[in-house]
Amino acid sequence: MLNKLVHWSRLKSPWILHLNTGACNACDIEVVAALTPRFDVERFGILLKATPRHADVIICTGPATRQMKDRLIRIYEQTPDPKFVIAVGACAMSGCVYRGAYNVIGGIDQVIPVDVYVPGCPVRPDAVIDGVVKLLNKLKG
Amino acid sequence: MKFQIPIGPQHPALKEPIGLRITVEGEIIRDADLRLGYNHRGLEKLAEQKTWIQNIYLAERICGICSHSHTTCYVQGVEKLMELEPPKRGLYIRTLVAELERVHSHLLWLGVAGHEAGFDSFFMYTWRDREIVMDILETITGNRVHYGINTIGGVRRDLDEMQVKHILDSLEILRKRSEYYRNLGTTEPSFVARLAGVGYLSPEDAVALCAVGPTLRASGIARDVRKDDPYAVYEEVPFEVCTADTCDVLGRAVVRIKELFQSYNIIEYLLKNLPAGPIAVRAPRRAKPNEVVSRYEAPRGENIHYIKSNGTDKPERLKVRAPTLANYAATIKMLKNGFIADVPLIFAAIDPCICCAERAVSVVDARSGEEKIIPMNTLKQLSQKISYGKEKKRVAEWPL
Repeated sequence: MLNKLVHWSRLKSPWILHLNTGACNACDIEVVAALTPRFDVERFGILLKATPRHADVIICTGPATRQMKDRLIRIYEQTPDPKFVIAVGACAMSGCVYRGAYNVIGGIDQVIPVDVYVPGCPVRPDAVIDGVVKLLNKLKG
Repeated sequence: MKFQIPIGPQHPALKEPIGLRITVEGEIIRDADLRLGYNHRGLEKLAEQKTWIQNIYLAERICGICSHSHTTCYVQGVEKLMELEPPKRGLYIRTLVAELERVHSHLLWLGVAGHEAGFDSFFMYTWRDREIVMDILETITGNRVHYGINTIGGVRRDLDEMQVKHILDSLEILRKRSEYYRNLGTTEPSFVARLAGVGYLSPEDAVALCAVGPTLRASGIARDVRKDDPYAVYEEVPFEVCTADTCDVLGRAVVRIKELFQSYNIIEYLLKNLPAGPIAVRAPRRAKPNEVVSRYEAPRGENIHYIKSNGTDKPERLKVRAPTLANYAATIKMLKNGFIADVPLIFAAIDPCICCAERAVSVVDARSGEEKIIPMNTLKQLSQKISYGKEKKRVAEWPL
């Protein structure tokens, strides 16, 4: 019974943490744009939280830089279980144009496990919403 | 009693990773220090491995908000190296996208300022209207954020009658809404009370610390690359340089709202006087050995690219000086003797674009706190000297 309730509330209001790991800001403003009136993800109960300790879903943008690597792992560990990671943008998936740069490790999945990949350079806000909905469907099933 | 408070790299008040170290006495900030490099990707080195054309794609991804600024700055420099003269229509379209970008960036900033001041409905309003600009940009360039419209020798897409009409119609809506924000931003008592007097930067300090863009103009100094060193078609376009004399965050907001109206006028002028003709000329694959400095007034201030060519199809060196980097010194000055609660507001007021600014590598000696910038080859020599003849240690010494 309690488990059912927890499961239901997790599906109905996933709280997200937006984390920039070295992105060029393009994906970041598109993620924020997804929260504003035109796209408005808050109608699905999705709320942007400021700290990883409150979040269920980490939305990562940008390639993992060497400087951010340890911080990224730390933030991932601070997030309470169960936690999910969405890699937003081509950089977070593979490194995109920065692939081969000396300070870039590659995609986010080189550092932490990723559940959903959202492609695009930058992604459209609609694609961010689609990614979150796909994650929720995955949780349901 | 002094305390040191670390803020960031991941912090609720910051949208991008940056470390701030603030020394406080009670509520008052006595000293502030910036820690950079979380967003450093090694882009300048990467540019040396790509051709002139490929680098446009890379320059666009220096920053997502001022993507057109960086490509235009880069492309202008390369055109000078290749001795190309882009056609008039191409330059008009390039300027048009630049001004649309300024509008979207300033609306975005107004929203963020409202958010940091605790005025979230203002944030939602401005971001709703920003979508109008994003729609325009999408119809004329095909993408919302990275426009990819610049190419060496002109632009890649032409405008048609329908698009011109669409932009002019949308401008009317934007003008009306911006009028509302101007009234709201300057008369709403709680908003004004929150912004006025915060982050004071005197005109003398602004000049001495090399502040750029709206941060400088809010201190009453009318400096704008578009006027002082006109590029593209700014020589022909009538506009004013907007300033404010309050030297605080309110002044920076006022300057940006005023600039919105100037940008609307510029866009209207450009569309009504759009010349006919080709939009681009063919560019050669190589550039003669030479060097060039290109300047551009980005929404955040003066953007400088230094490009050196060596006769091949790749640049020998690309150096980017983004406006945010120029504003860091002034930010430290503004933070001093302020309150902790003002940190996000002051920091947001320079419209920081951290991904733009992450260029230099600075080395900090944690034991002595000494900080210096070392060129790469000296660093290499140093590491060889230290490691030479010693056996390799597996466990690092603490504290490192």
